Amino acid sequence: MSASSVKPSPQFDATDRRLVVATQGGLPLTPRPYHHIAEQLGLTPEEVMQRLAAMVERGAIRRIGAVPNHYAIGYTANGMSVWDIDDAVVDNLGERVGQLEAVTHCYRRPRHAPQWHYNLFAMVHGHSREEVSAQVDAIARLLETEFPGACRARDILYSTRILKKTGLRISG
Amino acid sequence: MNDRARPSLDDTDRAIINALQGGFPLCEHPYAVVAEPLGLDEAALIARLERLLAQGVLTRFGPMFQIERLGGAFCLAALAAPEEDYERVAASVNALPQVAHNYRREHALNMWFVLATDSPEGIPQAAQEIEAATGLTVFLFPKEKEYFVDMRLKA
Repeated sequence: MSASSVKPSPQFDATDRRLVVATQGGLPLTPRPYHHIAEQLGLTPEEVMQRLAAMVERGAIRRIGAVPNHYAIGYTANGMSVWDIDDAVVDNLGERVGQLEAVTHCYRRPRHAPQWHYNLFAMVHGHSREEVSAQVDAIARLLETEFPGACRARDILYSTRILKKTGLRISG
Repeated sequence: MNDRARPSLDDTDRAIINALQGGFPLCEHPYAVVAEPLGLDEAALIARLERLLAQGVLTRFGPMFQIERLGGAFCLAALAAPEEDYERVAASVNALPQVAHNYRREHALNMWFVLATDSPEGIPQAAQEIEAATGLTVFLFPKEKEYFVDMRLKA
């Protein structure tokens, strides 16, 4: 994880990197947070704001704001729903599932036969296991209506314990 | 954070969480700008955010970076830890700084974690380190395609 191992993407320079390292733990809770960061880094506040805006623009920042702990705001049940979907239609189906309100992440991932046959992962959050299970049943019904026969098997993996949770960090 | 002790939230806390999951402005006094429609002033909002962070209701407040766009990589991974050895395996996995999240889940593959590294090559390296430390096979589940989602959850 040394800085020298990093292949910078074309639009990501050393100053951007310093900005990421300075803000990935969070913004300063001070009235003028960008001025505070600018002072730390020896930049002007305008440059800090412009660079952050450019990163938002090109998708290097997904969003700026509050990241709630799901459990603390009542989403105590977190089910990773996994689906074995016909490869021919998995992308159409993934786009459809991603649009559903209860789904916070939706990805296609590789199978690992014989241990693992599922290729579509959709994270479903609810206030109880019953709610998550009902949502997953609703997804299954919708898929069977819109893509008959495409879903061969499914499961829900509930999380029973958080073993570690830190932010995703890059090193300075 | 555990799921036993949940701090109580009032309506203002919920309004803050619901309003501020994205779109925080890039301007001189951003807290003042977002405080106003919530009926708060800058200092009151900052004090609430400090408390919500201290209570663990918010895990962070700031930019959420898309690590792949910064040259880094992420990967979901899983392994099957023997029940009698679960704590030792969890400790070995968590010891790696590249492990960002780790969850126990109910399945034969009972430990699911996210690897986050500065470069794509770091992912297989981290997986090998975990295999060496635990003696278990690490299954990697890189995302082959990401479907659009709205990640915000209503408090």
